[in-house]
Amino acid sequence: MGRGTTADVSLPRPGLTWTGMLALVLVALAFGAVMIGPYGLTPGQVFSALLGQGDRQAQIVVWNIRLPRVGAALLVGAALAAAGATYQALFRNPLVSPDILGVSAGAGLGAVAGIFLSLPVAAIQASAFVGGMAAVGVVMLVGAMVRHTDRTLTLVLLGVVVGALAGAATSLLKVMADPYDQLPAITFWLLGSLASITTRDILPALPMVLVGLLPLALLRWRINVLSLGDEEARALGIEAGRTRLVVIAAATLITASVTALAGVVGWVGLVIPHIARMLVGPGFGRLLPASALIGAGYLLVVDTLARTIAAVEVPLGVLTAVIGAPFLVWLLARGRRGWS
Amino acid sequence: MLEARGLSIGHGRIPIGAGLDVAIQPGEILCLLGPNGCGKTTLFRTLMGLLPALDGTVLLGGKPITAQTRAEIARVIAYVPQAHAPPFPFEAQEVVLMGRTARLGAFAQPSASDRAAARAAMDRLGIGELARRDYSRLSGGQRQLVLIARALAQDTQLIVMDEPTASLDFGNQAQVLAQIETLAREAGTGGRGVILSTHDPDQAFALNARVLLMSRGGVLADGAAAEVLTDTTLSAVYDLPVTVETTPSGRRVCLPSLRQSAPTMTSDALTMA
Repeated sequence: MGRGTTADVSLPRPGLTWTGMLALVLVALAFGAVMIGPYGLTPGQVFSALLGQGDRQAQIVVWNIRLPRVGAALLVGAALAAAGATYQALFRNPLVSPDILGVSAGAGLGAVAGIFLSLPVAAIQASAFVGGMAAVGVVMLVGAMVRHTDRTLTLVLLGVVVGALAGAATSLLKVMADPYDQLPAITFWLLGSLASITTRDILPALPMVLVGLLPLALLRWRINVLSLGDEEARALGIEAGRTRLVVIAAATLITASVTALAGVVGWVGLVIPHIARMLVGPGFGRLLPASALIGAGYLLVVDTLARTIAAVEVPLGVLTAVIGAPFLVWLLARGRRGWS
Repeated sequence: MLEARGLSIGHGRIPIGAGLDVAIQPGEILCLLGPNGCGKTTLFRTLMGLLPALDGTVLLGGKPITAQTRAEIARVIAYVPQAHAPPFPFEAQEVVLMGRTARLGAFAQPSASDRAAARAAMDRLGIGELARRDYSRLSGGQRQLVLIARALAQDTQLIVMDEPTASLDFGNQAQVLAQIETLAREAGTGGRGVILSTHDPDQAFALNARVLLMSRGGVLADGAAAEVLTDTTLSAVYDLPVTVETTPSGRRVCLPSLRQSAPTMTSDALTMA
């Protein structure tokens, strides 16, 4: 067969070229998104504004309005897709999304409680973050106490339970909320939006996303092995329980941080890892960066649509569902490649 | 190398087997035989430290297995599960490469030498051409060989195989058995220990294995296949008349009687005949 000689042990790495191409596309998309808006800019204007030269008004638009929004879209998209890829590998199921353990429901409850109490924006974000982390914390804590042979299934079921309870509490707050002032804000938050984002909002989320991504990047080989299931991973030499705890904590930190920033944005974490897997395969070392890059680009495009297609802002969650749901059907129809 | 004394096995608190003694040395093939539900898989999981023993200890290399890390255990025991389909389309060579995990640091990636070891393991089993194929789309026999290659890449003294021939056709069964025999009795390395479970007593004869005959959670007999697998013991374990005969080539085979089996089975067998 001639393939087994030591000369060709280094595998071709198509993933690296894909990653490079995706990164280039992302830069182009980001540049385009900065140009587009009610106050349209030419490429030249954007360039000079980025260098701190030229038209004063263009500089204000670029630095104070467009760049924070573009940055937030990139951050939220990358984070949700990376967390989705992680949860899918960990729970060995391609239909898992980042809110499987109740992080979105918990963050939703936290934010709605903050809005209900008329807290300032920063406090609402903090409350959402704490709510998301607490929901997953409860799932993990109860999961450790329940004696059941299938740990993964236990966690998923507890995620459903905690999600349902948080959803019920959210509904109660919605009923009690001021229908003219608070209820629209709650509804908007639960559908996700970057409409009023400023640099000040992004700054706390960014380091937390990076802190969450670090263990995922470092443990990328072990996450592959974990996707074979606990028993096999342990037989191959991994302390599965401990590793899974670290990975879940990291992915939850990422999801809770950006959910606190942008509200509940569905579908990104579910659909984007599929596309990434079709391009670079299931190996997590390549899947993680590819998912993050595609997720960033996807949410940037969706958010640019959200702020330009209508006179009013369209909630992000509406657009991601309208695009994501048919896409998932298409994935189903075109066969199993990429997920089984 | 691996030794268990007075082992009680089971899930939770209810033992499904007690007083089990198991030991295996390099170069030895130990064949676990017994009817469905007699605790073979539970015994495997306990021997590998994946399931805590309810009583007794498992010693690996003279040290209690509970005092060793998963990585330490995985550098001595490789596990070949029944061929399965993972949820993601890993390439066959990636699956084999996962056998190197116990030799990597927590944050490390497989190196060129790990890839070479994986490739060599696949070549040895004659499946080098499957390297870039999607593992989840291979046939049951090919997957089983990939998993055996993974165990080889793991480079251990002991390999535990859970019904390695269960999903294989006639030809693949013979091929896998031949590989098991080579792995155990390989010259030069001093040989590996292989523990396997099977539903086919003929395989124990073919492998010239030591047999652990299990029945209802206990060890009924432990010894060379020719001594342990007799008309009497097999008939008792499987609850139907079995005769052991010797073929003209000198190999022993087990022949279950279809005629005199349990009443419900008899009518079925006769209808089919």
